[in-house]
Amino acid sequence: MTHILVLSGVLFTLGALGVLIRRNAVVMFMSVELMLNAANLAFVGFARSREVLGGQVFVFFVIAVAAAEVAVGLALIVSIYRSRSSIDVDLVSDLKG
Amino acid sequence: MTIELAIFLGLAAVAISASIAMLVSRNAVYSALFLVIVFLTVAVLYLLLSAPFIAMVQVAVYAGAIMVLFIFVIMLLGTENVESTPSHRWQFAAALVLSYALIIQFIVVAFVLPADPAGEFAEIAEGFGSPASVGTLLFNEYLIPFEVTSLLLLAAMVGAIVLARWERTT
Repeated sequence: MTHILVLSGVLFTLGALGVLIRRNAVVMFMSVELMLNAANLAFVGFARSREVLGGQVFVFFVIAVAAAEVAVGLALIVSIYRSRSSIDVDLVSDLKG
Repeated sequence: MTIELAIFLGLAAVAISASIAMLVSRNAVYSALFLVIVFLTVAVLYLLLSAPFIAMVQVAVYAGAIMVLFIFVIMLLGTENVESTPSHRWQFAAALVLSYALIIQFIVVAFVLPADPAGEFAEIAEGFGSPASVGTLLFNEYLIPFEVTSLLLLAAMVGAIVLARWERTT
């Protein structure tokens, strides 16, 4: 259990770091997927450790929600690219005061 | 050291190095391919953790559908190397400090939790995590969340079409 939680934590941190340091919207989005995967890994680890299958069912739901999120998010990225020909998040700062 | 632990450590090394490679590669297509490696490694880890159904879903949905969408969008927009603006120096340093704090927290939590009495990769009941057992639970106890998920997917599909539709300005 300890090993799995440490790996899950490391992957989650790498995902968070990716969201913070990258400027490409698609790569930031991939980092979010990495964080979701780290959380799923912890769920499956706990499901096995406690021998409760509910954790695996929850991972199933998380994967379904992630698929929906990717579809909408990538559509947003495509529509941002249409309006300003770039997906660099630093250039999308119209609301900045 | 048991054989399971050895396999786990090898997979963990692959997953972590592929994640780091994803973060540092300049080309978004390379990032996507490294992310596929991470997803496949995590799928094998699910097999190791006696979750064969979730492992197959991971390969089909994540490594299959989601990554195809990512690569499709990258190719469609032609934005492999858009990292143009140099981000502020202090942002990079702050990100490193914050992620260091986060990882310390995770490791402390992992070691504070009580260890499994039977050992980490101990024997487990036959059929745990098989498609039949997961399906039984899914369609009895979690039936309403399952139906709500289908509604969510429908809403996401409609939303994606509305957002990405080509506006005809006649």
